[in-house]
Amino acid sequence: MSEEIKKEEGYIDRSQIQTKEPGNSSMASAKLKSQISGWITFIVMTVLSLAWLTPIFLIVMNSFKKKLAIREGKGMAFDLLTKETFTGWSNYTEGAAKVGMLSAIKNSAIITVVAVLVLVLLTSMTAWYITRNKTKVTKVIYYLFVFSMVVPFQMVMYTMSNLANELHMASVPGLIVLYVGFGAGMCVFMFSGFVKAIPYDVEEAAMIDGCNPIQTFFKVVLPMLKPTCITIAILETMWIWNDYLLPKLILPTEVKTIPIAIDACTGSYGVKNLGWLMAMLVIAIVPIIIFYLSCQKYIIKGVAAGAVKG
Amino acid sequence: MNKKTYRKYFPLFVLPTLISFTIAFIIPFIMGIYLSFCQFNTVKDAKWVGFTNYIKIFSSEDATFLTTLLRTTKFTIIGVIIINVGAFLLAYFLTKKVPGTNIFRTIFFMPNLIGGIVLGYIWKEIMDTFCQKYFHHVFGYGGANYGFWGLIIVMSWQLMGYMMIIYIAGIQNIPEDVMEAARIDGATSFQILRKITLPLVMPSITICLFLSISNMFKLYDQNYALNGFSSKTNLVAMDIFDTFYNHQVNPYSEGMGQAKAVIFFILVALITFVQLSVTRKKEVEQ
Repeated sequence: MSEEIKKEEGYIDRSQIQTKEPGNSSMASAKLKSQISGWITFIVMTVLSLAWLTPIFLIVMNSFKKKLAIREGKGMAFDLLTKETFTGWSNYTEGAAKVGMLSAIKNSAIITVVAVLVLVLLTSMTAWYITRNKTKVTKVIYYLFVFSMVVPFQMVMYTMSNLANELHMASVPGLIVLYVGFGAGMCVFMFSGFVKAIPYDVEEAAMIDGCNPIQTFFKVVLPMLKPTCITIAILETMWIWNDYLLPKLILPTEVKTIPIAIDACTGSYGVKNLGWLMAMLVIAIVPIIIFYLSCQKYIIKGVAAGAVKG
Repeated sequence: MNKKTYRKYFPLFVLPTLISFTIAFIIPFIMGIYLSFCQFNTVKDAKWVGFTNYIKIFSSEDATFLTTLLRTTKFTIIGVIIINVGAFLLAYFLTKKVPGTNIFRTIFFMPNLIGGIVLGYIWKEIMDTFCQKYFHHVFGYGGANYGFWGLIIVMSWQLMGYMMIIYIAGIQNIPEDVMEAARIDGATSFQILRKITLPLVMPSITICLFLSISNMFKLYDQNYALNGFSSKTNLVAMDIFDTFYNHQVNPYSEGMGQAKAVIFFILVALITFVQLSVTRKKEVEQ
């Protein structure tokens, strides 16, 4: 009996070993394989992302070079910075003074912040009103907003700048009004989508408790729309901060935004100094990088959400 | 709440948006359609000329429109393929267990925050020096090919990161148990990619295709900063601007610019309608 049991145990043991061993080694090799492929991916991605950063690196490096060291067309932009070619901050100070970079940054900041705040506030109000109060008029307005998203800027470029001139809107406040009007389509469309997802009961309860629409909107609806507000604010900030054509057409030539000032470095005002251009490009990038790194999470979420909706 | 109380609040909630919308969009749009049938130098002395502008932009008298349309189409197709294949590959590998994947995503997405003008000038200087140094015998200096492919490189550098984010969201939406089941059944990673990942991220692919198509087709800033005004490298958006503001010799130029803009609008609208009908169909199937 005991021998039989032993035999059985032995048999069982052996079978366990037999089935375990190949399993073990294949799992180990699979793990090793995935580790190796993980490291290969890591190396490839490191090389790629360094390549991605190279243009930025070259611009920063060349912004510290002397004028003669970055003459056009000599292939010198790739030469590393040396003691002889280093010029300190002079490209920054001289370039900024020449093209009025500081006032350009100020203008861009004012236009972007005010336009985005006004846009988010006004369009969220409009979207809530026309979603909750469906009449023939509000439906037509809604479809006009949606329609405007399809129309490229070139279609209204000439007539819009003409009309703005007629109405004496060739100024920073006028430009902000135009941004609100031209951005309204997408904002109202996105906000309405999210308003529809808010349960109506909450608003009804607020109104029964005696809130008028203003109180209902600001105390009940707007707090619930906060994530959407952030998404839309980020998408609109990226658009308005970087926009070139509209301010170029609307603003008087002495009022510049950052893209217009950069454009001015390249000869349209008789200023052609590559060192200055490089330095101004660095100044233009820095605020964007800070903005990106500080609200990266929202930006990436906003991009994904904006893509699904728009 | 009844309709009457709502109506009282119309001026506060809707009117400010509606007024700026009217100034920025509704009036310019209607005027734009009307002016495309007129000869004018300023809006006030517009004279009705019927379809003359439309005939002129498609006749041999102004050869730029058809060539730029063709060039833009070629540019869009090539660019969209490169951008989406690249973006999908980036997303595919960055959703695997790779150390530092968040840093890589951050870096690849970064160019999207830099505006088109700044971006264009960054690359212009680099490409000028680079091509002068190494590739001058291939492209020559300032040639049309050089401008075309340069712009494709710039747009890939910019848009790949953007599309990558959307593809990553799509891949992460695939339920883990589906992948697990396929792995247990012994599917190779290539089979999983072809039979599971690709079909399940189809919605993201559609979104990215249309986003990149409309971005490339409507491109202006990068084209302007990198290439400047040139009939050899202009894309449609720039050709329209060029016709409006730079061709002052032809008395019809403003009208022709507006007619080009109307055609451009119709093409963009067509792309959008195709997109809508494709996505609708997909939703029904699901």
